Amino acid sequence: MRNSKVVTLEEAIRRSGLKDGMTISFHHHFRGGDKVVNLVVDKLAQMGFKDLKLAASSLSDVHAPLIEHIKSGVITGISTSGLRGELASAISHGLMKEPVVFRSHGGRGSAIASGELHIDVAFLGASSCDELGNASGCPRSENAKSICGSLGYALPDAQYADHVVVLTDDLVAYPNVPMSIKASQVESVVVVESVGDSSKISSGAIRDSKNPRDILLAKQAAKVILASGYFKDGFSIQTGTGGASLAVVKYLRESMIEQGIKASFALGGITAHMVKLHEEGLIGKLIDVQSFDKVAAESIANDQNHQEVSSIDYASADHLGSAVHALDIVILSALEVDTDFNVNVLVGSDGIIRGAIGGHPDTAEDSALSIIVCPLLRGRIPCVVPKVTTLITPGKGVDVVVTEYGIAVNPSRPELAKALAEAGLHVVDIKALAAKASSIIGQPDPLPFGDRVVGVVMDRHGKQLDTIHIIQE
Amino acid sequence: MEIKTATAGTLESGDIVIQIAPGDGLQIDLDSSVSAQFGRRIKEVITETLEGLGISDATVTATDKGALDCTIRARVTAAAVRATGKDVWKD
Amino acid sequence: MMFVPGNNPGMMADAHIYGPDSIMLDLEDSVTMAEKDAARLLVYNALKTIDYGDTEMVVRINPLSTPYGKKDVEAVVKAGVDVIRMPKTETADEVRELEAEIIKVETELGCVGRTRIMAAIESALGIVNAFEIASASKRMMGIALGAEDYSASLKTQRTPGGAELLLARETIVVAARAAGISCFDTVYSNLDDMETFRKEVELIRDLGFDGKSIINPRQIEVVNEVFTPSPKAIEKSLRIVAAIKEAQAKGSGVVSLNGKMVDRPVVIRAERTIAYAIASGVLKEEDAL
Repeated sequence: MRNSKVVTLEEAIRRSGLKDGMTISFHHHFRGGDKVVNLVVDKLAQMGFKDLKLAASSLSDVHAPLIEHIKSGVITGISTSGLRGELASAISHGLMKEPVVFRSHGGRGSAIASGELHIDVAFLGASSCDELGNASGCPRSENAKSICGSLGYALPDAQYADHVVVLTDDLVAYPNVPMSIKASQVESVVVVESVGDSSKISSGAIRDSKNPRDILLAKQAAKVILASGYFKDGFSIQTGTGGASLAVVKYLRESMIEQGIKASFALGGITAHMVKLHEEGLIGKLIDVQSFDKVAAESIANDQNHQEVSSIDYASADHLGSAVHALDIVILSALEVDTDFNVNVLVGSDGIIRGAIGGHPDTAEDSALSIIVCPLLRGRIPCVVPKVTTLITPGKGVDVVVTEYGIAVNPSRPELAKALAEAGLHVVDIKALAAKASSIIGQPDPLPFGDRVVGVVMDRHGKQLDTIHIIQE
Repeated sequence: MEIKTATAGTLESGDIVIQIAPGDGLQIDLDSSVSAQFGRRIKEVITETLEGLGISDATVTATDKGALDCTIRARVTAAAVRATGKDVWKD
Repeated sequence: MMFVPGNNPGMMADAHIYGPDSIMLDLEDSVTMAEKDAARLLVYNALKTIDYGDTEMVVRINPLSTPYGKKDVEAVVKAGVDVIRMPKTETADEVRELEAEIIKVETELGCVGRTRIMAAIESALGIVNAFEIASASKRMMGIALGAEDYSASLKTQRTPGGAELLLARETIVVAARAAGISCFDTVYSNLDDMETFRKEVELIRDLGFDGKSIINPRQIEVVNEVFTPSPKAIEKSLRIVAAIKEAQAKGSGVVSLNGKMVDRPVVIRAERTIAYAIASGVLKEEDAL
């Protein structure tokens, strides 16, 4: 067609004017199945680029090949929401000279919008795209291969990057509507064999945890919501990842039906559970920054009350109009919670980075009621501790911690503690939970951290919150 | 005390596999996902338990899956009983 | 009463968090012969170390006729177990034999009388001897049905309706009540069929059982729901008990409510309902006074 933007990857890179030292960006909607980051960085290495700064919305196990590109100097800086697997471990052991910068999803959106995180060239994978660059995470042809639903984390990049390249494995006829990334934002379109391994992008259907401890925690969290005073017609809700926090919705559903209570919207990462409640009329609208499974991805393609939202409109602290400010209840998981209710979701108890900040601090701070669901112990690993290994979500935003040994309420919310106790829930002091944990597992030795800083945690307002130190064997 | 090689425990989460073999002095080789924080303590429990059973010469190979102290004690004792043929209970 | 395999430390570590009334750590059927020694040590160390709170701790030992039974008794009594469950009990003599073993260990420890006994009845002969078994010792706290072995001994099999267990269940309830001890029903092993499980729990509740044996924490909620008295029943029972107190205060031997005389069985049932309501947490103890 006239004015087609379709070129090869190499040509797109050449056209972008990318130079050594510049910042390139990626989104993580293809999760563990992502092929875009490795494909593009391999090509950049081949073309001889050095000293590039990689700004991803998140990185996972599949990005282990970056280790070689870091060693060879192609990538010298990373900012991301999370790191997992071999790459995370290598970085924790001192792979990079420059510390990795960690931001929440809302924090990244804000940093891109304010220019603090300037993106020179964004390489954005899309499930479908036309020749002019109208792109979507939804399938638009029989050939659709890699479907991810919402492209919420890619939208700030598309809007603010100097130059945008869309990569797709399904080039469709113009116009690809409705579009998430707009033709006017896109300079080049690259057709590739595959942007993602669909089997690893999302699971097929609702997965109910059969782990009895997850079920116990989910039921307790549902009881907290019922007794909290926030469970009334028109409430709004978000759940984080993790078997227990996802399962809360299932138990809440029964009470919603019984009491004739409906939610106005569900926010954040949208799951099959949420879609089910929406389709049953129990949740009015779905505000979707990331579609967690195939059911959610199909729903966003077909349902006009299921709305895609950018990470800025989802969780930015700078915009009072971002959705988290309207959020009543959020259920989140944690690697560690400390006796000041501070939460760590990024660094494991072995001192090695193994998680992602996600929207944790954004939703905890701005929601009316934030509930952390985590077991007191994972094997011999304590989850309620005197002090978190790394501070990600400050305790002032955390209201309730649900464990299998009792429920702790932030002392800043005495009225909540009273309501839960009156409902017959087992409310305990968070210090008692930490003491219980150490009575079962003993006193852990301090982790062998070194002086060198390998990671910097930014809060959602753009200030440095904590540092992650190198771990020594 | 005369010992032969013996094993107790499983690789299930929350368990530990203890293998005891003849050795000179007490030597413990530990593989654990929580070794940074609990490695010292795990070795301490193994040593105390063996000493309590009068075993001071053995090579111990431990593969830990997050076992609590009471589980470590039970598995070390079971391996020791099997290694020595001498039970801790009567008849 | 929740069954937990005695050779699984992961499950033993936190079985109590699900809130079963009692936990039965099993040294018998869930442990292979090769692991009997290791499981015994595991159960011993767990009982000595883990804080199970108010949960009643039961250990199912191997039969005394096996090479493991006596060592099991020694280990669990030394660990301070609340109740020893004897499997496959057929005669009162077997109970007395177990009692003698317990006394031997308790004498050594200086704590005679601490350990109680529950007998599982799992055969036709055991059912025929149910009352003798139930009343064989002062330590007897309850009898329980083991349905798999029992139906095999009848030369029949388990059915969803449980017709083959009817006589055994009724016999166990009657024997337990006659001896003044508790009675517990057998396990239901299909975890995915909660509906049939619920029907079975309702049935055994109506037959008079005090509780149900379970194999997974997921079954606890159903048992609690079935055994928890309805708000209406609780309210009625509270009124009956209040009427008794009123009558006692007046020095009257005749209790009447709404102009009708209240019979003795009605009073007993009301007290039992209140006890269940308190046990299941729907009624606070101070509200029952």
